[in-house]
Amino acid sequence: MSVVVSNGQPTLTLVLDEEQQMLRSTARQFVDQHAPVGRLRTLRDARDPRGFSDALWKDMAELGWLGLQLPEEHDGVGLGFFDLAVVLEQCGRRLMPEPLVSTLLLGAQALMLGGTSEQQAAWLPGIGAGEKLVALGFDERGARGNPAAGKTRAVRTGSGFTLTGSKVGVLDAHVADLIIVSAHVDGQLGLFLVDPSAPGVSITRHVALDLRNAGTVTLTDVLVGEDAVLGGVSGLDNGGSVLDQVLDRARIGLAAEMLGAMEQAFEDTVNYLKERVQFDRPLGSFQALQHRAARLYTSIALARSAVLAAARTVDQSSDPREVAKFAALAKVRASEAFYDVAREAIQLHGGIGMTDEHDIGFYLKRAQTTLVSFGTNDALRARWAELNGY
Amino acid sequence: MSEPSQQSESAELREFRAEMRAFMREEAPKSLLGTSPCGPFDGYWGGKLHPPVDPDVLRWRDVTLARGLTAPTWPKAYGGAGLSYAHAKVFYDEMRELGLPRPVVGFGFAMIGPTLLQFGNEEQKLQHLPAICAGEIRWCQGYSEPNAGSDLANVQLACEPDGPDHFILNGQKVWTSHADRSDWIFCLARTDRSAKKQRGITFILVDMRTEGVTPRKIELISGASPFCETFFENVRVPRSNVVGEVNAGWTVAKALLGHERSMIGQSIGRDPGSTQRELVKLARKHLDAAEGPIPDPLLRDRVAAVSMEEAAFQLTLDRLAQSRAAGGPGTESSIMKIAATELKQRRFETGMALAGAQGLGWEGDAFDEEDLAYTREWLRSRANTIEGGSSEVQLNIIAKQVLGLPEVK
Ligand SMILES: Cc1cc2nc3c(=O)[nH]c(=O)nc-3n(C[C@H](O)[C@H](O)[C@H](O)COP(=O)(O)OP(=O)(O)OC[C@H]3O[C@@H](n4cnc5c(N)ncnc54)[C@H](O)[C@@H]3O)c2cc1C
Repeated sequence: MSVVVSNGQPTLTLVLDEEQQMLRSTARQFVDQHAPVGRLRTLRDARDPRGFSDALWKDMAELGWLGLQLPEEHDGVGLGFFDLAVVLEQCGRRLMPEPLVSTLLLGAQALMLGGTSEQQAAWLPGIGAGEKLVALGFDERGARGNPAAGKTRAVRTGSGFTLTGSKVGVLDAHVADLIIVSAHVDGQLGLFLVDPSAPGVSITRHVALDLRNAGTVTLTDVLVGEDAVLGGVSGLDNGGSVLDQVLDRARIGLAAEMLGAMEQAFEDTVNYLKERVQFDRPLGSFQALQHRAARLYTSIALARSAVLAAARTVDQSSDPREVAKFAALAKVRASEAFYDVAREAIQLHGGIGMTDEHDIGFYLKRAQTTLVSFGTNDALRARWAELNGY
Repeated sequence: MSEPSQQSESAELREFRAEMRAFMREEAPKSLLGTSPCGPFDGYWGGKLHPPVDPDVLRWRDVTLARGLTAPTWPKAYGGAGLSYAHAKVFYDEMRELGLPRPVVGFGFAMIGPTLLQFGNEEQKLQHLPAICAGEIRWCQGYSEPNAGSDLANVQLACEPDGPDHFILNGQKVWTSHADRSDWIFCLARTDRSAKKQRGITFILVDMRTEGVTPRKIELISGASPFCETFFENVRVPRSNVVGEVNAGWTVAKALLGHERSMIGQSIGRDPGSTQRELVKLARKHLDAAEGPIPDPLLRDRVAAVSMEEAAFQLTLDRLAQSRAAGGPGTESSIMKIAATELKQRRFETGMALAGAQGLGWEGDAFDEEDLAYTREWLRSRANTIEGGSSEVQLNIIAKQVLGLPEVK
């Protein structure tokens, strides 16, 4: 693959520069201080109507993280996707349920990659300011994450389109100010900007395994104008390819979160092995357990490289197929490593790891979710094979 | 593919790159172009017992040697070019671009050389390093013994003083790769039996031509015979051949193992994408699918999974190279040893699955040469997780030195 060198030079810088290191440590401090994992339990038990903290979201906006990658002309900071990934990794450490994936990875990327300048101007500044939340619905029951397999349709009417269908697992649909949905139209896949309060839109929130917030969005003859097509009607046939690119970025961003999550779960587990005494010695002195920990450490190191390379590629490559390869790589390697870490974390904690009272279980729930989010890993390996010509 | 980023390379390095490129275009023998992945073990092994060799290989050695480039980072005084790691990388990158083999390779260049630079005295450096640079002397590694494998500190090769200036060696080494083709051997020997194991070891260099040194070949499961048992019977060695202090050889030994592991990782990572290319080629051959998707979806999935493992490994090599502040392998060499060798084994296992029954031949016309060779290479690959410190030993190192997990009291 072309990660490496033409002309003898590594294409990809896989280490953080000084500013990114600073960003990383600020983010780490903030998350450690304000976002303990136990919050997930509190929000769940209180049946919190939003399922995350609006105050924290505003703080993150003020720190500049929500607009980190947004262009300056839309009041963003104008940094790269790599910088965003640096922040996401830290948020992932504590499994933050704030609408990062929906708004920053799906919504904002869709608008940036496919939106008209009016659409961008209408939404991006609000996203960066923490005032607007965006959701994106592409998956449907039975479609297994493949947008093309969905059944939602858009039918042309006099002045626009009517949308009918149902999207499942739509992250943060219940709080979104805007929902972008994919729908088949004239044999193409289009992306449509839908106002959640429009007639015919119904949103049912469910309690998700990993305590991120999601719901089902049902569209019954929802009327939208031509200006609701992402990129404008002229861009109608572009929807499928924009969506592919958006999902690739989401895979990479999610993988960055996973990196933080697996590191934290691993760190907690190694600490537990050092503290817990059985047979008059710390558990961590048993070689059977040492080797399992050392293996996890190795697979985390490999996942880290894949994720950093993928994030860097978003910024450096103008070829969507190249990004797609790295997205598949990052998502598969990170989610597999994460799942291994989380599963082992429970096992090595013993009984306490099985209790709701302990935080480690939240990592397993998130890990299982990442395995099947944004395309199953089997599908992504098939995609990798196809992109590499076999 | 996206444009390689030039931003991080200084003007000085760019100039050096251009200079190296011009040098190679002009002086490298044309017959060698495109012949090698340029890994740390791909090239001329040298030594006095080397079988006859293509004169172009020697010419390539000569032109690089004249500029100190057979060991680019070694000081000029010892035959190197005194270059920084960054410059050396540029040199190797350019060689790889052209598919040129390394002018001199071997355990001298990869293991004992760097160790002598760190621990050797001036006479030792002057005696051995230039000869390594020139590929005149081939070295082998006398570490393992019948009762000292993973527990290397248990070496028993007896090393008794004989007068003020000599030692006498008696005992046996085993698994000595290429001892039968080597000129010198670096050994771990026991000089103090009363001290704690690690404290009674001495690192000593022995000329294989000394009376009493006898290598005997051992055949591997692959049918090849690349290594030996090496016997020492009253072998008299000058005291000046001790590297570091007497009884302080363990520190020297461990440093050398770090170099060995990192070379193994780099060697397996020397040809990015080769695993995927090889497996796809085998799939096309054995599943009779000249193009398009690999027809068996389960095998296709396996190929993709190994190829992803390869990519993640390769990127990790890059990442660690970038983050290594300055030279010298550290604990990351243990991660890379495990990742590299297990990748290589998975590659061969997948290749064998693709070959199916065509992978089950040993000799005979039912199999082509490539099939037969592949099966033997698969067998050889089983050694990768044993040699150079087994995977289990690497896991021990990671657990204790990196993760800080406690020792058994
Ligand atoms: C192809 C090849 C080339 C080699 N070349 C050389 C050479 O040139 N020079 C040289 O000196 N040596 C060489 N070796 C030897 C190699 O370094 C040893 O084989 C290796 O260190 C393992 O030692 P052993 O064979 O005695 O196995 P043992 O140490 O007996 O190990 C047997 C098994 O037990 C496991 N084990 C051992 N100790 C532990 C532990 N503490 N915890 C958990 N598991 C453990 C090992 O991982 C292994 O799986 C070579 C070996 C091979 C296969």
